[in-house]
Amino acid sequence: MKFIKFLVLGIVFGIVMAKSEAISWFRIQEMFRFQAFHMYGIIGTALTLGVMGVALIKKFRIKNFRGNPILFYPKDNSVIRYLAGGTIFGLGWALSGVCPGPIVVNIGYGFFTMGIVFLFAIAGTYLYNLLKEKLPH
Amino acid sequence: MSELITQPWSWWFSGTMIAVIMFFLLYFGQSFGFSSNFRTICAASGLGKKTKIFDINWKAQTWNLVFLTGAIAGGFIAKQFLSTGAPVEISQATINDLSKLGFAAPVSLQPPEIFSLHAILSIKGFLVLAFGGLMVGFGSRYAGGCTSGHAISGLSELQLPSLIAVIGFFLGGLIMTFFILPYIFN
Repeated sequence: MKFIKFLVLGIVFGIVMAKSEAISWFRIQEMFRFQAFHMYGIIGTALTLGVMGVALIKKFRIKNFRGNPILFYPKDNSVIRYLAGGTIFGLGWALSGVCPGPIVVNIGYGFFTMGIVFLFAIAGTYLYNLLKEKLPH
Repeated sequence: MSELITQPWSWWFSGTMIAVIMFFLLYFGQSFGFSSNFRTICAASGLGKKTKIFDINWKAQTWNLVFLTGAIAGGFIAKQFLSTGAPVEISQATINDLSKLGFAAPVSLQPPEIFSLHAILSIKGFLVLAFGGLMVGFGSRYAGGCTSGHAISGLSELQLPSLIAVIGFFLGGLIMTFFILPYIFN
């Protein structure tokens, strides 16, 4: 039963992603063509509140539900892995019109062919791990 | 009231809800990062036995798989109970640009030219979705996160690596949109 809260959060996430139309290939195209504010508004609002909230958590050392302080861990310093990995991700995002969350929301919405994107995203993750040692990080 | 729910939701409400979800995940001792699920599925399905990187304690990620299951259910609920099925109202400029690539104006959330059963039964149509998914999965693991992990969580923590990753997301997105899509669809 301890997982039910994550189920509820996931359901809310799925509904918000679908109802904001952020799961739409058309909306992603509109975003990358800079022809509407919509997607930038969604990300910008989440980010503005996110930056303020994280700053408050750090300043007031807010604790989680277990009573432990909420901690943030710095990511490894690098340029190449973030830039190269990010660029490959962006190519896939603009082609398929979905990032990982919206892939599965689309399946629930009834766009079952998105299952191909889902399976190949898992294949891509596997491929990365096969090639990991040979890639610059 | 019911119209408020069935019409598309505003950017400010949707963005606020995403931040709220992120904070609830932090409060519950986790962090918002969706693409980790792909790695977890690889590990859980036994692929980890061949590559040591998957040899992680994937059971600690169960909460995220539950979140994923909820997201599928959320998509179903949105479609069945909270929408009118009206086409997505993108800008006329985008409709015009996409018509040059052979896309009709939207009739739903997704273009049938890419996502219909008819489309994916052609070799080109299948490869579009396959390569799209492959690059999303490969890129998010190489970059160590996706839109949720970097663009929302990482940038909220003012992490430089996440800014570099997001610059990459847009670099790749713009290259695909302006230089590659015209060769795929015409």
